[in-house]
Amino acid sequence: MATRQTRTLARFMMAPSVVLLLIWMIVPLAMTLWFSFQNYNLLMPANRSFAGFFNYIYFYTDPAFFQSIANTLAIVLGVLAITVIGGILLALLLDQPIFGQGIVRILIISPFFVMPPVAALVWKNMIMHPGYGVFADISRFLGLRPIDWFAQYPLLSIIIIVAWQWLPFATLILLTALQSLDEEQKEAAEMDGAGAVSRFIYIILPHLARAITVVILIETIFLLAVYAEILVTTNGGPGYASTNLAFLVYRTALLSYDIGGASAGGVIAVVLANIVALFLMRAVGKNLDR
Amino acid sequence: MGSISLQKVHKAFGNTVVIPEVNLEIADNEFVVFVGPSGCGKSTLLRLIAGLEDMTGGTISIDGKDVTREPPARRGLSMVFQSYALYPHMTVYGNIAFPLKMAGMEKSAIDTKVRDAARILNLTDYLERRPGQLSGGQRQRVAIGRAIVREPKAFLFDEPLSNLDAALRGSMRLEISELHHKLQTTMIYVTHDQIEAMTMADKIVVLNAGNVEQVGSPLELYRNPQNLFVAGFIGSPRMNFLQGETARKLGAATIGIRPEHLELSTSEGLWKGEVGVAEHLGSDTFLHIDVAGVGQITARADGEFALRHGETVYLSPVEKQLHRFNDEGRAI
Amino acid sequence: MARAVSSRRKTIVTIVAWVIAFVIFFPILYTVITSLKTEREAIDGISLIPSGTFENYVEVQAQRDYWKPFTNSVIISIGSTLIGLVIAIPAAWAMAFSPTKRTKDILMWMLSTKMMPAVGVLVPLYLLFRDTGLLDTRLGLTIVLTLVNLPIIVWMLYTYFREIPGEILEAARMDGASLMKEIVYVLTPMAVPGIASTLLLNIILAWNESFWTIRLTAANAAPLTAFIASFSSPLGLFWAKLSAASTLAIAPVLIMGWFSQKQLVRGLTFGAVK
Repeated sequence: MATRQTRTLARFMMAPSVVLLLIWMIVPLAMTLWFSFQNYNLLMPANRSFAGFFNYIYFYTDPAFFQSIANTLAIVLGVLAITVIGGILLALLLDQPIFGQGIVRILIISPFFVMPPVAALVWKNMIMHPGYGVFADISRFLGLRPIDWFAQYPLLSIIIIVAWQWLPFATLILLTALQSLDEEQKEAAEMDGAGAVSRFIYIILPHLARAITVVILIETIFLLAVYAEILVTTNGGPGYASTNLAFLVYRTALLSYDIGGASAGGVIAVVLANIVALFLMRAVGKNLDR
Repeated sequence: MGSISLQKVHKAFGNTVVIPEVNLEIADNEFVVFVGPSGCGKSTLLRLIAGLEDMTGGTISIDGKDVTREPPARRGLSMVFQSYALYPHMTVYGNIAFPLKMAGMEKSAIDTKVRDAARILNLTDYLERRPGQLSGGQRQRVAIGRAIVREPKAFLFDEPLSNLDAALRGSMRLEISELHHKLQTTMIYVTHDQIEAMTMADKIVVLNAGNVEQVGSPLELYRNPQNLFVAGFIGSPRMNFLQGETARKLGAATIGIRPEHLELSTSEGLWKGEVGVAEHLGSDTFLHIDVAGVGQITARADGEFALRHGETVYLSPVEKQLHRFNDEGRAI
Repeated sequence: MARAVSSRRKTIVTIVAWVIAFVIFFPILYTVITSLKTEREAIDGISLIPSGTFENYVEVQAQRDYWKPFTNSVIISIGSTLIGLVIAIPAAWAMAFSPTKRTKDILMWMLSTKMMPAVGVLVPLYLLFRDTGLLDTRLGLTIVLTLVNLPIIVWMLYTYFREIPGEILEAARMDGASLMKEIVYVLTPMAVPGIASTLLLNIILAWNESFWTIRLTAANAAPLTAFIASFSSPLGLFWAKLSAASTLAIAPVLIMGWFSQKQLVRGLTFGAVK
């Protein structure tokens, strides 16, 4: 089908996308790299000088940096754990015959479509608020003292909010994968004497393995960049307790105006994301060969 | 007028040669069947004639005019695809009218032609439906209708019946043959089913790995296969092939005898064997017989012939119907 | 389950499912309920029955400074999606119908650009926008969102285009259609559902984007994300109004989301799960 004419035409048609994305990727990244080796603070813009690896070392020795890495990991792993396990359970549940299946599905997927600032605000003021929140009301009803979530467990609160938002995504993906499992395979296993738990472990879980991998990888890409939820609730505090790498870079750039430092942090964030991306590409690439 | 001529047609995909060389003459109004096993190149050859693939060598002429460089639209051919390839977003009317619309025909003229075609194919009641609402057989008729309205020089059919169930296949075979008589147009038909080939064709082209093994009328191919491949491909159940000592005694490297050309007896014959599986079809019985020192032979018997598994039987090939092949597999 | 399940079992499972669904949906539900309360009621403690007053909505709508962000959200979501489609459709078309050995690599590379963390380019982009006057403009924001979502648009369209059976296009060619007619009469109608799905999903993603829309805007171009985010330290006196504003902010996309479950799966897993 592809003659020489078609091939030149095809190249023209792809050009805008490719060129734009190329520029989008290379130019800013190159600039970040450049800035990371500079002493540049927006408060004293005239004072620019070459800094070598100073920014990286500074970042590396900043206790906030390690805290932010730890927090980033905590958020990613915490949300992954909740959403993947919760997603599998919900998917199994929704795969059953239920009255009003359609509505149940709609209710469960809704959190994913709520914009992060709204989600954060709602959780902060109406659910987790120690004075007026639903959790507080429940605690008082049970005779316990209400928890001040964002003061006592800031990171956990963020994890809960983000997990709430991403649980529908995992559920939907896993449910789709689950429903592609051939009914007859499960029946064959039943004939072979496998109980419900065995069927889950030996038939269903392996089938879901690919979807689980995709969920984990895609969520990780987005979870590394959690931002708005932190901005709206804790602003990274108390101290750096709920600051992740993305937030730290933002703070360094736009609150401390330390361009050089923020750029170094940005480069580190890119490296981290690239490692995850490598694995994701392999998973997706395998699908392309079908 | 729909005569087609293929000269030295050669097709390769990159480094893989799919069709080494094909020379073929198709006369006007002939029903030609390309038949062969999967991957033999019959569909590729059809697509080369249609212009959907470019030839890497050779020429194709239609009515004496060289169309090798012409795109499909300008060759004046119509094609019925294996999957029917109906436009899902158009009604049956729209599907059939499409080629005429592309040709810039006037609306009222289009209407007449579409309704004529619909009448011939019994689709008049379905004109406002969409392909998704039709059965397999109906969809196929729409595909044929779309091909008819163009009044092409030749029709190309790419395994049109393989997606239908057995009963429907039988009746559609008849319909297509009748269509051929009615329209008096050349038809080139690709199939892997040799029964379709035998029943519908004026001329059969047997293909194997891109090579034309033999061209001839159905009966010619049946009676005088020129090589082992054609002999084994045409005829169902397959011709029996015997080699070794048995063949040498009868004067060839390989001997071929069709199941229906064996005389069976419970008392005497050239070969003695034991009945293995017996397939009773009612009208015929096919016996799979193990003849010691000769091999496995399938024989056709009259439906009443009551032999069963394990019993002894004697076979004699009908001398006139013996096929002899030399070392290279060619008929002697 | 292909087999008939006992209705007792179905009832139990239904109850469990509905309870879980209610719990998950609760925050959203509570927001809507609160938006229908008076401000006093909103503070007074948890109650699921609002007084059903629409005064909050009226007040929010009357405030011009709500409509501005709303309009901004609409413009940048639809704008970036349409521009993205215009750029992506030819690319996806070319890759789906004239694939080369490089096609797969190019697609994977496009995918990788989506994975670049925003903070990695925050600094240069912020400075660039500041110096070119694009900061706090709808144009600047639209450009960024177009680029950020372009990979997803291309990918989704690519997977939809690939599903169009090649034979139907060949039939059109046999039927005498030129390339232009083939595209207009056959390809485009068959591609429309895929394009619509991509459009839907992308509007949702652009509407909810919460990094660039907050960091690159101020009073002028701030869309709803930034607007709502600015209330992160509420004075507690206008929760009902805030709930109304929140409900209005999420309602369009929430409803669109209910209709785009399949698109979500295809779009965000880059076709890896279908």
